[in-house]
Amino acid sequence: MRDLVIIGGGPAGMSAAIAAYESGIRDILILERDAQLGGILQQCIHNGFGLHNFGEELTGPEYAWKYEKQVRQLGIERKLNTMVLDLTEDKVITATNSEEGIFQIQAKAVILAMGCRERSKGALNIAGSRPAGIFSAGTAQKFINMKGYLPGKNVVILGSGDIGLIMARRMTLEGAKVHAVCELMPYSGGLARNIAQCLDDFGIELKLSHTVVEIHGKDRVEGVTIAKVDENRKPIAATREYIPCDTLLLSVGLIPENELSKAANVNLCRTTNGAVVDQDRQTSVPGIFACGNVLHVHDLVDFVSQEAEIAGKAAAEYVNQVQEASANIPLTTDGKIRYTVPQVITKKKDVTVYFRVGDIYKNVKINVFDGEKLVLSRKRPKVAPGEMESITIKAEQLEAATQLHFALEVM
Amino acid sequence: MYDVVIIGAGVVGGMIARTLSKYDLQICILEKENDVAMGATKANSAIVHAGFDAHEGSLKARLNVRGSQMMETVCRELGVKYINNGSLVIGFDEDDRATIQALYQRGIENGVAQLRVVDKAALKQLEPNISDNAVCALVAPTGAIVCPYDLTIAAIGNAMDNGAELKCNFSVENIQKTENGYKVFSCNDCVESRFVINCAGLYSDKIAAMIGDDSICVHPRKGEYILLDKECGNLVSHTIFQTPSKMGKGILVSLTVDGNLLLGPTSVDIQDKENKNTSEEGFADILEKAQMSLQAIPGGKAITSFCGLRAVGNTGDFIITAPQKGFIHTAGIESPGLSASPAIAEYVTNMLKDNGLTLTEKAGYNPIRVSSHAFREASMEEKNRMIREEPAYGRIVCRCEGVTEGEILDAIRRNPKATDLDGVKRRTRAQMGRCQGGFCSPYIIELLAAQLQIPYECVTKFGGASTINIGKTKGGQLQ
Repeated sequence: MRDLVIIGGGPAGMSAAIAAYESGIRDILILERDAQLGGILQQCIHNGFGLHNFGEELTGPEYAWKYEKQVRQLGIERKLNTMVLDLTEDKVITATNSEEGIFQIQAKAVILAMGCRERSKGALNIAGSRPAGIFSAGTAQKFINMKGYLPGKNVVILGSGDIGLIMARRMTLEGAKVHAVCELMPYSGGLARNIAQCLDDFGIELKLSHTVVEIHGKDRVEGVTIAKVDENRKPIAATREYIPCDTLLLSVGLIPENELSKAANVNLCRTTNGAVVDQDRQTSVPGIFACGNVLHVHDLVDFVSQEAEIAGKAAAEYVNQVQEASANIPLTTDGKIRYTVPQVITKKKDVTVYFRVGDIYKNVKINVFDGEKLVLSRKRPKVAPGEMESITIKAEQLEAATQLHFALEVM
Repeated sequence: MYDVVIIGAGVVGGMIARTLSKYDLQICILEKENDVAMGATKANSAIVHAGFDAHEGSLKARLNVRGSQMMETVCRELGVKYINNGSLVIGFDEDDRATIQALYQRGIENGVAQLRVVDKAALKQLEPNISDNAVCALVAPTGAIVCPYDLTIAAIGNAMDNGAELKCNFSVENIQKTENGYKVFSCNDCVESRFVINCAGLYSDKIAAMIGDDSICVHPRKGEYILLDKECGNLVSHTIFQTPSKMGKGILVSLTVDGNLLLGPTSVDIQDKENKNTSEEGFADILEKAQMSLQAIPGGKAITSFCGLRAVGNTGDFIITAPQKGFIHTAGIESPGLSASPAIAEYVTNMLKDNGLTLTEKAGYNPIRVSSHAFREASMEEKNRMIREEPAYGRIVCRCEGVTEGEILDAIRRNPKATDLDGVKRRTRAQMGRCQGGFCSPYIIELLAAQLQIPYECVTKFGGASTINIGKTKGGQLQ
């Protein structure tokens, strides 16, 4: 029996482990499928990580190392090259590695920190042939940054998620020509700063309301046909345009990897594709917590670390059976605000609620209602789907609350 | 000098090679692609048809029914997944009911066992998710499903384990008659054999023309498919056909042996034998017609789409002939070619015997092949024993499908050896899951490069010019 097992040794898992240790528990085990800690940060060699938490611009590996150093100093146990195969509602973990084979661990508490994956081409149903040269942006990033190989020289990118934007710049720096970044929506899903630093600074065109409609080439990609889309996101035939290229990169969304959560009967949220959690990041299964991109896709790793601290601390309290007065305040949204994390508040203490909006809005108020009563209201000059927003609710504002509704009002 | 050269490593060539490998013969399989099962075998409906479809007395009917009877044993010996899920042909009106009755009669004539026609209520019991518009169905309990490339890889692997040779990237350019047989040339190689069997699928007419036989004409008929996520696999249990009509053969909905749901195929006659492009019209057509069979098809759960080319002959039947001494054609092997393949192999073996080939059973012939899925299907104790012997079985490479490094190494080392990314995919399912190789392909390339002793950037997706990387980054050699 272990006190706390953390599935995943990326930024979420490491930060959760440190927070749990600092909250007083010692029997902590991190299970990491890769050969090293750090998760996806290891291949993110660009800078820009850590501005919020450390006040400096770190690379991904540098940011990860800040946490790994602490994990090592605290002597927190970790098993590398270890893949978790199954998790039950009773918190029995089945995992495998070369040294121990397939083994089981009973945990008192579990933190899910498995991260997310990229949406693949198959889900898009793009017409045409199926040659080599089609990659998700993160796979290309791994080839270039981890393996030292270049997947192509003439590139079209579909989707303007952050990894796609980062890779537009990265491939340009490696001598490739990025001919266009096509985005189906009329706005980018990436951070404004990435559009400026990765596309604008390199003269790469962002084609909004465009998509790839056909892939050409027998052995290797020889070109793609792109087209503008109408307001229903349907391609307009008259705008079809052929671009010769040898590579198509896809950056069309990230999906939390919740296969283990499903195995453990954790309730999932249809909007985030992650678990439904309370303010402690505890899921519907008592003692199973979730944090980081497995819970909802974050824009900045700094917020992943912050969220994981909450989960780590709460998991330690769960192990130590610290009980607090219980409440049950569900959080709902108006649709313009797509979701909140947490989705439910069970303890009446100060809580920061994170959320994303479904479109670009300027000069808005975020209003939080309890029934008809306005609990609080915060102004924002601009909100966009690519940027995570947050709002803090004070304990006293929760005192009389029975449910909280989040609504966006354009002023 | 070989005794038998087989041109084409599809399911027909593979099953013939395996059947012949039990005899004391020197056998060589020639394949123009970088791997086996790359033509019509790779992309089709994966159905073992019961045999009520082909006309009474045709070779198609006879070999379909016989092949369907043989298939379960063949799959068991080769460690290939075979599920006897049964087939349904559903009808929506009185015209369909008449056609279904005719299919029933034809099936009886063809010798298909256990056929019956059921009404709406019984149909609903068999398939609760079937469309409310379906009024009757032909039930064929002997219908089954199998994975066509798994079967072909296993058949050729078993033939090779029993001594047959395989030459990939051998595109036959010319054939010369010699005193004792034939010389078969590629652009840079030549093999000589007493007997030649033409199993070249779409190109079997081209091979026939090389020996001066212009009687065969094969054209491609395009079939597009959509594959849905495993979470849709429980919507049906049978393979569900629509009643063929003047409007076409309809769209089938079927479970696959791996638990996905398969929708398709479209049916469009084309000219270009290399055109395997999917189309926007194809997707729309499949989804629209498949919706007729089930109450709801979750089109949004598509994980991939693909296109196959059926090799349609000019006689309406399979063309299995011996146009001259020592040469046998198997041409126009469209549906039910997969179902018939074990019987085609038996039939061709008898033709060879009639043509003067001596068949002496070989000592030490082993019909059994260890399944590609052996590790996956083992008990936890057995898996742990295997991990202790080979630690690579403890390292998961493909996280979505749970494929280990050990299984990938097996795929690269066992007959017929995988030499590219798609070859590993077909043998292990690595890269076939939700992320479609996003996470694991860089690592599989590393394993392929190390095992094949080739540079990382030379590893391909499916041979030829399908390289994954074009060279090292600026930090390396590429400038």
